[in-house]
Amino acid sequence: MAGEILVIAEHKDGTVRSASLQALTAAAGLAAASGATVAAVACGPSAAGAAAALGRHGAGAVVTVDVSPSDPAAWAASVAGVARARGAWAVLLAHTTRGKDLAPRVAALLGAPMASDCIEVRAEGGTLVARRPVFAGKALVTVAPASGPLVVSLRPNALMAQERPAAGAVSSAAPVVPDKGLGVVLKEVLASAAKKIELTEAGIVVSGGRGLKGPEHFHLIEELAEALGGAVGASRAVVDAGWRPHADQVGQTGKTVSPQLYVAVGISGAIQHLAGMRTSKYIVAVNKDPEAPIFKVADYGIVGDAFEVLPKLTAAVRALKAH
Amino acid sequence: MKIVACIKRVPATDTRVRVAADGAALDPSQVEWIINPYDEFAVEAALRVKEAVGGGEVVVVTLGHPDAGKELRTCLAMGADRAILVKDPDAPRRDASATAAALAAAIAPLQPDLVLCGKLAVDRDQGQVGTRLAHLLGLPVVTEIKALAVAGGKAAVERAGDEGTTEKLEVTLPAVLTCTKGLNEPRYASLKGIMAAKKKVIEEQQAQGLTDLLATRAMELPPARPEGRVLGEGVAAVDELVRVLRQEAKLI
Repeated sequence: MAGEILVIAEHKDGTVRSASLQALTAAAGLAAASGATVAAVACGPSAAGAAAALGRHGAGAVVTVDVSPSDPAAWAASVAGVARARGAWAVLLAHTTRGKDLAPRVAALLGAPMASDCIEVRAEGGTLVARRPVFAGKALVTVAPASGPLVVSLRPNALMAQERPAAGAVSSAAPVVPDKGLGVVLKEVLASAAKKIELTEAGIVVSGGRGLKGPEHFHLIEELAEALGGAVGASRAVVDAGWRPHADQVGQTGKTVSPQLYVAVGISGAIQHLAGMRTSKYIVAVNKDPEAPIFKVADYGIVGDAFEVLPKLTAAVRALKAH
Repeated sequence: MKIVACIKRVPATDTRVRVAADGAALDPSQVEWIINPYDEFAVEAALRVKEAVGGGEVVVVTLGHPDAGKELRTCLAMGADRAILVKDPDAPRRDASATAAALAAAIAPLQPDLVLCGKLAVDRDQGQVGTRLAHLLGLPVVTEIKALAVAGGKAAVERAGDEGTTEKLEVTLPAVLTCTKGLNEPRYASLKGIMAAKKKVIEEQQAQGLTDLLATRAMELPPARPEGRVLGEGVAAVDELVRVLRQEAKLI
């Protein structure tokens, strides 16, 4: 399959986001299997700074566009313009906070099908085939475009980024600003109180549930997450009770996470919660109830009181990291 | 002010998924259907906007199986003025582009000031329809809003931005907004609302413009996780947990 795979790369001041490097790795794997070329498009004033890392991870060409991702309509129009100009038969990007907003915009502009939040892509007999969870992970579907290019957003951490040196030849394209975007004005960006690790991209997630008995005890979860270098999640029960913000909810009506390590503390493991975290590589459960369904999916379980287990666990992790 | 809210009928979130005989879809027998939870936020938001601006009309639209009238009736009982069922026996299998095209064909003649959708449906988990619908209607879109206030032909909205930030945006109407959890608490229908809804007529249309661009080749259940291991009880098990995380999982 000749032709080109275009990867939309997110970066911050030239440092490429790891989820975007994972998307680039997936594209490079597809290209090796199909004979396609790989290009990356990076946007924003410091996009040229991202070119070296993109080349190192398999981008034969890097296109920079001076358009800000904080204007998603212009960002989408610009990268769709690059995809069209280069005749890309696949557009890959990471299913991040920005990526999941951008991807359907690009697909709509290209009149293309889109496979959201995929965990695998492969080339099969001249067609791009993607696998993705449905029902929040209670089932998986294999999808393929009926015709034309396919837009694929890839779940962060579904695969590891790998270096695969390529030319990374830099060129630039002109931004496209659509009239429709003018109806939306970004007035203000409020920073979060604490510097938060994005839940869906975190390598380690520590989640708390009703077993914590109240919002005042969530510092125990936060301390363990900090010691491990992870993000904080929560069950639906504690979000609905107002103990934690909606953005922290893991599960079917919250976020689906796929970290290397998921620690569930005081969470019984309702089917909707399990759906949102079952693709984690390792699952640890701490729960007082030995019959809790969470133990059915946990690689390692401790039957015990969170108030006793957590401080000891946090201290042990800190001691180990201090060495 | 004319406000459209789009809804979809989906399996209840506690459904145990079984694959249909064709190996590519959900077996719908023994499934209990609900309104997609994110769409309930859209319906509630539509009702609140109408109340806040002091008038107008809320129209609820679904692309659904010819049986999907029950969910529309619930929205009428919550206070929606009209309900349109765009009939498609294959609605649950439709891809996002076909769904958006069918909804756009039904919504465009209404010339709405505001279109509200859920951020995604909890069956296919695609999160594309609202954005594609906006594109087809030629309207701007803001996704995953968690706050909304409408006044003077503009909507002030908030959404979660990158790295835990909150973005505050101003949107000139007409526009499409997709709703996420935190926007509101959907109301329950009052007895009076339920009685009134019984007298309302659900308008029916045949779906138009249904061309799927994405084919589902297979659906399967995920591989079972290996049987878990309980390391022990209470603080006595912490050292063993740290050991396996370090030596077996190599995570610390």
